[in-house]
Amino acid sequence: MNFISRYRRSKFFGPALLAAALFILGTTYSVASATTFKAVTPASDKTTLVAEGKELFARGCSSCHGLNAEGGSIAPSLLGVGAASVDFQVGTGRMPMADMSVQASRKTPVYDEAQTAALAAYVASLAPGPASIKSADLAWERSGDTAQGGELFRTNCAMCHNFAGQGGALSQGKYAPSVMGAEPGQIYEAMITGPQSMPVFSDKIITPAEKLSIIKWIKSAEAEPSLGGASLGRTGPVTEGLLSWTLGIGGLIGVAVWLASKAR
Amino acid sequence: MTTDNHSKEIAPLSDPGIPEHVHRRTDTDPKAAKKAERQVAILFSISAIGTILFVYSYTFMSGDIFVFLPVMGSTNAKQLFLGLGMAISLFFIGLGAVHWAKMLMPDNEIIAHRHEFRSEESDREDFVKTVKAGAEAAGLGRRSLIKRSLGAALGLVGLTPLLLLRDLGPLPKDDFTKTSWKAGTRLVTDPGNRPIKPSDLEVGAVAQVLPELQPGELRKLENIGKDAVLLIRIRPEEFQLDAERLSWTHEGIIAFSKICSHMGCAVALYEQQTKHLLCPCHQSTFDVTRAAKVIFGPSARPLPQLALMIDADGYLVAKQPFTEPVGPSFWERDSA
Repeated sequence: MNFISRYRRSKFFGPALLAAALFILGTTYSVASATTFKAVTPASDKTTLVAEGKELFARGCSSCHGLNAEGGSIAPSLLGVGAASVDFQVGTGRMPMADMSVQASRKTPVYDEAQTAALAAYVASLAPGPASIKSADLAWERSGDTAQGGELFRTNCAMCHNFAGQGGALSQGKYAPSVMGAEPGQIYEAMITGPQSMPVFSDKIITPAEKLSIIKWIKSAEAEPSLGGASLGRTGPVTEGLLSWTLGIGGLIGVAVWLASKAR
Repeated sequence: MTTDNHSKEIAPLSDPGIPEHVHRRTDTDPKAAKKAERQVAILFSISAIGTILFVYSYTFMSGDIFVFLPVMGSTNAKQLFLGLGMAISLFFIGLGAVHWAKMLMPDNEIIAHRHEFRSEESDREDFVKTVKAGAEAAGLGRRSLIKRSLGAALGLVGLTPLLLLRDLGPLPKDDFTKTSWKAGTRLVTDPGNRPIKPSDLEVGAVAQVLPELQPGELRKLENIGKDAVLLIRIRPEEFQLDAERLSWTHEGIIAFSKICSHMGCAVALYEQQTKHLLCPCHQSTFDVTRAAKVIFGPSARPLPQLALMIDADGYLVAKQPFTEPVGPSFWERDSA
């Protein structure tokens, strides 16, 4: 400790100490918060991934989508839909469908992450299409703009998905699902692939930066507490009306019957 | 008279009169009355507790506490108890008052007979006399200056509502029939204000568009309400259009007014698979492949189609203004 006492009055001591402290803090933080990177699939593994996906596809998907994903009478062709589409449909559990209803709904995924990736790699190998998006790769928290996202959501998404993202009805039993609880990557994939009834929102129409803003707005709407009392599902006049008509008018009828009854 | 004659006639029923009044138990039994009194007091006390709950939650409860209710989900506790407190305090006052009236207040049945509405002749004469005396005292007959100025003042007051009627105008002129779209107006994204090239839209893609603003121009809300357009791209071979309407599309890109021809809601629920456009208000459904033909719902005519072409820079522009008024019907509109 001899040299500290020797140099501590130097005018460089303060800045040097600050730099050293920042360096130690930074390295400690990055070591502590470091996540082990997943090994990037080497080129040779990619072919095995595609082969694995092909086998999964043949067993689980080909009965509807055809042996070469060419589509059939009850299912569309998957040529050119890209890995993003597969990742969205399989990753959210929509595919494989549970029944032949008008719409595949979100449920617990049948395939795990690795299997989904294999399926996506196989379908992407058939024809080019948008690549799958990982939630972790999206810097929506840092780059997104909540206010801009809200404006974009109200113009482009709210007509189907409701002004608070709660979802809504379409024609013939189809519906726009609630976007609450959806993974950021899945929201992004839905916008670029246009799953089921949903149209595509191209990158030139809603830029990637704007897409991140939409995700940030959805996440803020998700976290927003209902400060004004009961939210009633945030679906607006539908539940409010239902509640006042059933509970309100029902209660008034009960009171009216009691008022008119004869006392004994 | 024989009994045979009598058998055909029905003996007239005698007026049964008003059923005998049965008094309540509280009228006859002092114990029951005491019980009812207690019940009323309990109801009023519950109301008092409701008020205390209201005051407590208003004053002391923090606004960020949330409680979980079975049907309602996560609910803000302060708002919940404010509402509950006020509801209890008001409802139980009413409940107690009605219970009090029904159980304890006098239970006499009173018959009030109807009488003629016309007043007694002497009362009517008195009234005329009083009015005449009043008019005489005020000098209505003599002081004609007051009479005339009062008449003028009252007449002018009568004019003011007529003046307010002017606010119903002026007539909208061509506001209903004209939009901001002109030949060569660029289609821009909303929001974002970026011009669009055909290559920006994939098959199955949509864009919410507005006419491009000139530099320095501001977007007016009443214009958005007329100018909003939905741009849709499908495969060109899916169109079932006549030659003119087909010439209004570009490489499978077609544009429709977003304002519903029924009641003017924004029709933007586009189902990519069925190529149907659905209006959220009254479920009018339009078929995009057949120039927005109405296939379901109350709308009377298709959505107006905007003719598209490409300008020198390769951006999508309007070939011409809308050929018909957008939005719902109005009196002066040509229904054709």
